[in-house]
Amino acid sequence: MSSPKQYNFVVSKEDWSLHRKGYQDQQRHQEKVREVIRQNLPDLVTEENIIMSDGKQIIKVPLRNLEEYRFIHNFQKQQHVGQGDGDSQVGDVLGQDSPKSSKGGKAGDQPGHDYVETEISMEDLEEMLFDELELPFIQDKDKEELESEAIRFNDIRKKGLMSNIDKKRTILENLRRNATSGQPGIHGISPDDLRYKTWEEIVVPRSNAVILAMMDTSGSMGAFEKYCARSFFFWMTRFLRHQYEKVDIVFLAHHTEAKEVTEEEFFTRGESGGTICSSVYQKALDIIDSRYPPSSYNIYPFHFSDGDNLTSDNERCLRLIGELLKRCNMFGYGEVNQYNRGSTLMSAYRNIKQEKFIHYVIKEKGEVYNALKRFFHKREGGAAS
Amino acid sequence: MNYTHAELEFAISEIMEIADSFGLDYYPMRYEICPADIIYTFGAYGMPTRFSHWSFGKTFNKMKMQYDFGLSKIYELVINSNPCYAFLLEGNSLIQNKLIVAHVLAHCDFFKNNFRFSATNRDMIESMSATAERINSYELAYGADTVEAFIDHVLAIQEHVDPQLIKPMRYDKRQQLEEKRRRIREEHKHPAKPGIYDDLWSLDTSPEAASPDTTSLTAFPSEPEKDLVWFIQEYSESLEDWQRDILSMLREEMLYFWPQMETKIMNEGWASYWHQRIIRELDLTSEETIEFAKLNSSVVQPSQQSLNPYYLGLKIFEDIERRWDHPTEEQQRRFGRIPGQGREKMFEVRELDSDISFLRSYLSKELVQDLDLYIFEKQGPEWKITDKTWEHIRDQLVASRVNGGSPYIVVQDGDYLRSGELLLKHQYEGLELDLKYLEHTLPHVYHLWGRPVHLETVVEDKRALFSYDGQKHQRKILS
Repeated sequence: MSSPKQYNFVVSKEDWSLHRKGYQDQQRHQEKVREVIRQNLPDLVTEENIIMSDGKQIIKVPLRNLEEYRFIHNFQKQQHVGQGDGDSQVGDVLGQDSPKSSKGGKAGDQPGHDYVETEISMEDLEEMLFDELELPFIQDKDKEELESEAIRFNDIRKKGLMSNIDKKRTILENLRRNATSGQPGIHGISPDDLRYKTWEEIVVPRSNAVILAMMDTSGSMGAFEKYCARSFFFWMTRFLRHQYEKVDIVFLAHHTEAKEVTEEEFFTRGESGGTICSSVYQKALDIIDSRYPPSSYNIYPFHFSDGDNLTSDNERCLRLIGELLKRCNMFGYGEVNQYNRGSTLMSAYRNIKQEKFIHYVIKEKGEVYNALKRFFHKREGGAAS
Repeated sequence: MNYTHAELEFAISEIMEIADSFGLDYYPMRYEICPADIIYTFGAYGMPTRFSHWSFGKTFNKMKMQYDFGLSKIYELVINSNPCYAFLLEGNSLIQNKLIVAHVLAHCDFFKNNFRFSATNRDMIESMSATAERINSYELAYGADTVEAFIDHVLAIQEHVDPQLIKPMRYDKRQQLEEKRRRIREEHKHPAKPGIYDDLWSLDTSPEAASPDTTSLTAFPSEPEKDLVWFIQEYSESLEDWQRDILSMLREEMLYFWPQMETKIMNEGWASYWHQRIIRELDLTSEETIEFAKLNSSVVQPSQQSLNPYYLGLKIFEDIERRWDHPTEEQQRRFGRIPGQGREKMFEVRELDSDISFLRSYLSKELVQDLDLYIFEKQGPEWKITDKTWEHIRDQLVASRVNGGSPYIVVQDGDYLRSGELLLKHQYEGLELDLKYLEHTLPHVYHLWGRPVHLETVVEDKRALFSYDGQKHQRKILS
């Protein structure tokens, strides 16, 4: 350099593209975040503001395990030094209970109070949850119903319809031919240069499913029972919508007799009186026979109840479930039973030894998740209780 | 890049020439130009070669996001090492790089000459790289999850080391401690034969001190031990060799970083002072001058309701220069100050002080008023300015820098309740601990110690004992 004295320094610029440590550890952190969310799934599944929403929101998940805990001073109970514009007065209010604005108040490192939760979108949550679930007993339905035709341009040929000519490729061919003959440029397009797009017919599987959501709305079903059933149906519907192009849901409420109701009525209306479960099973059979031929529908009847039933009705129930099982992919029975009493229905259903009949007893909110996993788990054999 | 490599090199030698003429004394410099994500990686890890851990990834992610959103920008990063490595952000303009080159030269001068750094390992880049390799080999041997979980525990207590310089750390501490215990035990067992003049000694002792001190005989450690990491590494009975090794390596790293934590305000003030002085000596075009002014003001600008260490440090250094260049008549008479010694004084301060003594000795009443500093605290739901007395402000700033801002915690008893439990004590000086954090940190200590752990502190003016036994937490009010 023009500098007379040699100074001791080096300027260099290395190739840092292989230095990925930051990204690797960032990924490890994100894995840990997902782990935490996965651990929280049982709680998230029954999170009220998810179930009651349209399902398009961002959910906040606390990340207690990922806080970097250490011994620190209590920020809230401490005095801090700050700096004003030149006219600060004793008594000036700097802010309302938001320590964040004064975070940098101390010339030290403030602990990260701000990273206690992470956000997860509904899609990510679904993806994570449904990753653990699988549709059992899928059956091939009528071909016409299952398949539809579509076309897709995916090939280039030398012969074809003029209207499907691929101009770009034709020009490219022309360029190539001219270049090899020593006269580069675009000129003299010959029929040999022409290229055509062609298509193929593809088959998109198309299938339908119907959920028969049945619930006991008799007096014995309280808010807790209904909420559990509701969260279950919420996720089940979403799960099936992932799997099938079209999912119908039929809501059937029953006490001593069954009727088809709207979704809102299903979850809100409470009736009094006793319970005869066979009524709703009969109704379900009628609806299947009249509207959803098993030859073209995957049918998933699910019944939620608190387990109370007229004892003399049990036998009829068993027979009707047998009928339903002939028509359906599976039959799910969920019992919401906070206190783990022995229930009339369970005592009868325990003896059904059919792998397509699956039951689960929910004792607390967090078990809705377990119920989902039981009904839709990746299975090999039958469903033992 | 709007400049050539040769232009940058020319600028650097020009800046070094000016820095030399000012008397800055630095190590050979290695300037490395790197892309943003690399700078942010180094920022998150503190060192390019540091070991891998998810918590660094978390910091990296946060910093990088702020950069991507344009909220903050790191222009440079400098490592305390010989030679000194400085990383410049790719895409800096030439004038930005000139400022940064000058800034890091002053940092390097500080690393080299400040007393607090005198014991730091200047080959730490290699040491940390060796540490990273060793941790990596432990991961292969014992499983990545096991090692990661163990590092989680260690990081939870990593600040609790003893950075004292007077007691040389190279001396084997365990040997020292055991030697002392042995001596006390010996003396107790075989008291020296009374000599004929011994009664003369006893004239000096007060009556209550006459009985032999049996507590120090059984006490373990014999006096409260500040170095929790070291104590666990030496005395925990539940650790395997590789775990002790990790403890000792991470402790070395903390001791290396410690001086940077306790001189942040000074170091940044010093570097900001010098980049301004050096750039003033350069011939700049008017565009360059404006660009320099922009960047300089973004570095040292005071921010609303918070203290910018660059700005505070710069102001104090400038104030020192002014006061020693132009001492008042009284100062000349009483302290014998001779006008024009500002620079000399500044170099003395950069050598001998740390943030605590820097603030305590040089943050003057005029400066506090000039900077409009105040004390604020939470009253009900509101954060309010509660005090503008300059001494209180100074003392509060000093207090916040004690022990690098971390609570001062010592090992009180390594054989608590005579059953090998660990009793820690928070040296309470008016600042309470965050109890939520405390109760989440104790399990980490438990995992390292392997036996129940306790911590004594003060909550609402009452002594309180927090315990964790591997299963559950307990709180007890002691008085």
